Amino acid sequence: MKLGYYPGCSLKGSAREFDESILALAGRLDLHLEEVPDWNCCGSTAAHNLNHLLSLALPARVLALAERANLNEILVPCSACYNRLATAAYELGQDDALRAEVSGIIDMEYKGTAKVLNIIEALNKVFAEAGEIKIAKPFNHKVACYYGCLMVRPPKVVKFDRPEEPESMDELIKKIGGEPVTWAFKTECCGAGLSVSRTDLVCKLSGKIIENAVKAGADALVVACPMCHANLDMRRPDIEKFMGKKYPIPALYITQAIGLALGLDEKELGLHRHLVPVILPERAQPAGPEKAAQEKPAAGAEE
Amino acid sequence: MAEDHHPRPLREMLAERIVLLTQESVAKCYQCGKCSAGCPLADEMDYPPSQVLRMIQLGLPELDERALKSLSIWLCLACETCVTRCPQEVDLPKIMDFLRQESLRRGLAHPEAKNIISFHKAFLDSLKYTGKLYELGLIADYKARNPRSALQDVLTAPKLFFRGKLNPIPHLVKGRKEIAKIFERAAKKESKK
Repeated sequence: MKLGYYPGCSLKGSAREFDESILALAGRLDLHLEEVPDWNCCGSTAAHNLNHLLSLALPARVLALAERANLNEILVPCSACYNRLATAAYELGQDDALRAEVSGIIDMEYKGTAKVLNIIEALNKVFAEAGEIKIAKPFNHKVACYYGCLMVRPPKVVKFDRPEEPESMDELIKKIGGEPVTWAFKTECCGAGLSVSRTDLVCKLSGKIIENAVKAGADALVVACPMCHANLDMRRPDIEKFMGKKYPIPALYITQAIGLALGLDEKELGLHRHLVPVILPERAQPAGPEKAAQEKPAAGAEE
Repeated sequence: MAEDHHPRPLREMLAERIVLLTQESVAKCYQCGKCSAGCPLADEMDYPPSQVLRMIQLGLPELDERALKSLSIWLCLACETCVTRCPQEVDLPKIMDFLRQESLRRGLAHPEAKNIISFHKAFLDSLKYTGKLYELGLIADYKARNPRSALQDVLTAPKLFFRGKLNPIPHLVKGRKEIAKIFERAAKKESKK
């Protein structure tokens, strides 16, 4: 399968292990990724905070370049980029005058034919085409799937999963032999763009997320966004200081978890780049149908 | 008569400018407070989101100004929780984007928002020249604008560097002239609003 690819700036810098793990998966799963030629930054939080037209024009250039290269579907792994590109496509798709104005600003015609996919959508597509996934080593761990804000909200723009209690990442984790925990902070905000300018607030918000995942019994947090990962992993020393508590729980990208299950090398997946060491406790019993069968009669006996 | 109710010209009212420039109407809000209940940073704000909206609904110059001077508009993370839950689908994040721009336009930004604003500005200034974000350059620029943050993250930075997470050299877009023009045109158009 061929998909357009917009890695975004983070994946070429501080989140390069997300990029590396995606490319490693692509190699294994027969996914051909074609990078959008000469792509630029989506403008991120800064652009939509300070200049509305700029926040539409920067993503519009990326989409127009993709259209020129005949890329109809583009994988945008970073949730922040995904949201900005989807928002631009949505706003420009609703207002022809605005679309003409933005086309003027970027000096290129933006038609609106390219569709953006987040990493979960892309993985589901690839797995659907591949049929059965060959699991080399079941990812036998309890994990808290953390979706964050921008992959599922606002629903009218992203049109993906449920905005309050999404399940798609949990389903993927089950497919690779993992056990997603039920927890309350799946879509709570990590503090995102305030990481540098108001680290105190990020520690407060991300601290609550980590605390809740630990309370729910998770061995790891699984994420799909480099901003979330930066706040949950790179900011961990600040968070621990703020919360007055140590949190050894690692944060992995969903692509790394899948990569491990497919038997890919840890280094190839960039696990060594995390600040919080990825140490996952070995679990004695694999979670699976046997365990569910064991639990059922017990529930019945109480009735 | 309409003029009696609105001693100022309508076009100067924040509520009217919001309709004109974002197509959102603050009148749709019936003050249920759902946005404030779900806002992750409401407790850090000087006014919770529903109150910011209320100030604008009333259409009084002093309340318009208070909304633009609030810290709330800068703390808003654009996490989109409010608009997702709003029974009236008021696009509050979009309104917040407008309020931030308007606050800067009128020189009313809250002094405590200085760090947040300078980070956004450093981000865009970096982007204008490189087209792709140059993280190290952004941090250096931000620190130059906020000397008090000079020591922030000095312990983390080397760890990131040795893990290959900090690029010493920026990735550049080939069409840098195009990017510069996009910035120029967007700034010009926005300044006329």
